[in-house]
Amino acid sequence: MGPLFPQELISEEINILIGFFIGIGFGFLLEAAGFTNTRKLAGVFYGYDFVVLRVFFSAAITSAILLFFLNHFGVMDISLTFYPTTYWIPTLIGGFIMAFGFLIGGFCPGTGVCAAVTGKIDGIVFILGAIIGIFGYAFSFDLLWKDLRSTGNMGQVNIADWMGISDGVFILILTIFAAIAFYIVAIVQKKVVASTNYKL
Amino acid sequence: MEDKSKKYMNSYLAGILIGVFMVLAYYFSGEGLGASGAMKSIVVASVDAVNHDYASNASFFQARVGGEHSAAKTWLVFEVLGVIVGAIISAAFAGRLKLEIGKSPKITNKKRLIAALIGGALFGIGSQLGRGCTSGLVMSGMGVLSLSGFVGLVGIFGGGYVIAYFFRKLWI
Repeated sequence: MGPLFPQELISEEINILIGFFIGIGFGFLLEAAGFTNTRKLAGVFYGYDFVVLRVFFSAAITSAILLFFLNHFGVMDISLTFYPTTYWIPTLIGGFIMAFGFLIGGFCPGTGVCAAVTGKIDGIVFILGAIIGIFGYAFSFDLLWKDLRSTGNMGQVNIADWMGISDGVFILILTIFAAIAFYIVAIVQKKVVASTNYKL
Repeated sequence: MEDKSKKYMNSYLAGILIGVFMVLAYYFSGEGLGASGAMKSIVVASVDAVNHDYASNASFFQARVGGEHSAAKTWLVFEVLGVIVGAIISAAFAGRLKLEIGKSPKITNKKRLIAALIGGALFGIGSQLGRGCTSGLVMSGMGVLSLSGFVGLVGIFGGGYVIAYFFRKLWI
């Protein structure tokens, strides 16, 4: 039963090798979906290209549904994974800082790495900036971030539990929400592209 | 735009396949897909190499260097090495491996690169404070229905829509 590595059912060497191959799949798909093109990414905020929203929600919902069934049928125990702990205050503030990072820089770390290694100079500069940012954060950690980072600790919270509904119902609501969003953004994209004569 | 975008994979198919890889990552290794964590490892390792005494005492580095070997962090570095290989393979097959600057035609190269540097730095800071980036925090968090993933979603995408108007000249 999964997850395999946390239960020591596979060795660390095999685990790392699997991580490498999973990374290949992830990087291949990010590039193939067009995520190295910074203007395609930014389009999600201006209505001319919603590839980010489509890929992102399809991925999150696919994994949520699959993991729900794997967990339900005893193939995998989600509670044994490295389940994230929710620190809502720093995550919300950090998320907002990342929003600025995205709208100014045009990438996120994953897409930036793909862009950088496939020859996008703006991607290389973005990753350089990200590393500088992490250095800056690290050296100012005690002064600026240390206390803030551990505020708002809620423990390992599942959003469905938190809302008082079952996982299945939550995933159903999320899927319906995404389907409506996919439908609406297709109309928006068509209208925006037609009205702005947008060229990639 | 049309002839170029046709070469990209269908968005829904790409998303579904990324979801499948994320499930594999959880099944085999017990964790989601990430990116910013590997960059943190680069920063920690380089500071440790230059000044081990500082790294052993400053609180940001302290927890991350020294005796405690972390399998999860090693995994993430190899996963991102895979991302690099995968992106190059895909770009090579699609004929997209070339040096260029992606930007709006209305701004200069210099402006784009300065913005990329500043944006990258902000993303680097935000990902450390927020405990992960778009992949590791939000997408992988949403996959296991972690509240943190949805808080991150509100921060990054909700925040993005709030401030998008002010940065429109960089993009449209």
